[in-house]
Amino acid sequence: MTTQEAFYNYIVRLGDDSLILGQRISEWCGHGPILEEDIALTNIALDLIGQTNNLYELAVSIENKGKNIDQLAFLRLEKEYSNLLLVEQPNVDFGYTIVRQFFFDVYRKLVFESLCNSTDERLAGIAEKSLKETKYHLKHSSEWVIRLGDGTEESHRRVQEAVNTLWKFTDELFYQDEVDQNVIELGLGVDNSIFKATWNTHVEQVLTEATLTIPTNSWQHTGGRKGIHTEHFGYLLSEMQYMQRAYPNMEW
Amino acid sequence: MSTKNIEELEREFQAKIDADIKIEPNDWMPEGYRKTLMRQISQHAHSEIVGMLPEGNWITRAPSLKRKAVLLAKVQDEAGHGLYLYSAAETLGLDREKSIDDLHSGKAKYSSIFNYPTLTWADMGTIGWLVDGAAIMNQVPLCRCSYGPYARAMVRVCKEESFHQRQGFEIVSLLANGTPEQKQMAQDSLNRFWWPALMMFGPNDDNSPNSAQSIKWKIKRSSNDELRQQFIDVTVAQAEMVGLTIPDKDLKWNEARGSYDFGTINWEEFNQVIQGNGPCNKERIDARRNAKENGAWVREAANAFAEKRKKKELTH
Repeated sequence: MTTQEAFYNYIVRLGDDSLILGQRISEWCGHGPILEEDIALTNIALDLIGQTNNLYELAVSIENKGKNIDQLAFLRLEKEYSNLLLVEQPNVDFGYTIVRQFFFDVYRKLVFESLCNSTDERLAGIAEKSLKETKYHLKHSSEWVIRLGDGTEESHRRVQEAVNTLWKFTDELFYQDEVDQNVIELGLGVDNSIFKATWNTHVEQVLTEATLTIPTNSWQHTGGRKGIHTEHFGYLLSEMQYMQRAYPNMEW
Repeated sequence: MSTKNIEELEREFQAKIDADIKIEPNDWMPEGYRKTLMRQISQHAHSEIVGMLPEGNWITRAPSLKRKAVLLAKVQDEAGHGLYLYSAAETLGLDREKSIDDLHSGKAKYSSIFNYPTLTWADMGTIGWLVDGAAIMNQVPLCRCSYGPYARAMVRVCKEESFHQRQGFEIVSLLANGTPEQKQMAQDSLNRFWWPALMMFGPNDDNSPNSAQSIKWKIKRSSNDELRQQFIDVTVAQAEMVGLTIPDKDLKWNEARGSYDFGTINWEEFNQVIQGNGPCNKERIDARRNAKENGAWVREAANAFAEKRKKKELTH
């Protein structure tokens, strides 16, 4: 694997995380539990789609094969998407949506903080902008985890169930392979194994304040980074890709 | 309070209106004025919120990243409009939750246009172009409405609506100049939305019982028919510009009037949709009701949590 290939893949992974979570969150639009949350969730989706845009622009320029960002977003096969399994999980309810977001935001904040020092200036610039957004997302998701966890019996039960179900996708946040090793060596990307402990501490702190517990015996699932997804993913793609597949090679 | 006093108050009130002095929440106002405004502003707020659904229907299927982002931003704007319109209505004593319940029970109305389905991507263009275009025609005069909070809310709403209208027209013109499939998609969409868009201006003036009073109170500043005509005159030229055909065989330029003559609107359809028999009335209200019901536990949790925190602060 050349450095160029590794860096390309690394950026696409970051972009895929943003796109797929943005797609999921946007399903809420018009259906939120309260108008203010409808606005907040839509805003988060919008930030994530914006990040996708910037990251894919960088990816296609690294690859330099004349592809455009919509081909990346809409015209790959399922196996070619390398997002985390966590972000493709269905919304289920507001509790699941918030817990998924919270696990992701804590991780993403750490990633972008480190990427601000990337030796690639373009990536550092994207990271700086995205970090601002991610801090806001994290504040929002943390506050809701606490509110729901320490709210009513029902909200506690629901959000604990979400934690239990989604926990098994959290190890993958720290997955590494030759793509990572390549970019870490050159200071282009981040060594996410360094902040696993920080992630754990942060998550534990918030969950404790929310009177929630971390499941102890959970088998961990990975595969997203290698293109092996969960069953939910195919449906997400068929909806997202519908227009580009039904009407190929057109401008919109 | 004696009758004379009320008469005096009403006279003073009308004098203020005639002098274009804004009415503010704490000013005295006739009950009819308050009720009319409450009905109109809450209907307007409901229209924004229900109006999120037909477009929300295409966010997950938007054909490009750019379109997805623009559509998200647009629908988010509509939620924002809803929010500040509910706030404007609250200054008149309206309770937001009660008003939303009235929407869900069918007691409160919203713009009939949102009861039509969005079947293709072209509908995202047509809605921006025609529906937001018609909304602008309706709303620009409201920026001068006599009630201060409503007028101020409308200034902001109109700015955003004009961006919505432009992005809609941009989608339509791109499709109209695109491949044969795209052009057909745009024409089909125009065919479906043209007449419902004309109905957005409400019944003909001679069938609009509240209009005269509203105009006297400067809640409304132009009549339904005037606005409809203005909309048609502007829009026909735009359709010609992109090479789409308005689906009205009676549409003809009238030199003497300096306006277009147009065919008869199917008022029976309009009345049926208002009464709940449009293609998507049930879907729209069900979606709103489900959002509220499915979100009940979230709102309860937020309240319970806030209570707990308050108690904690008191004991510390």
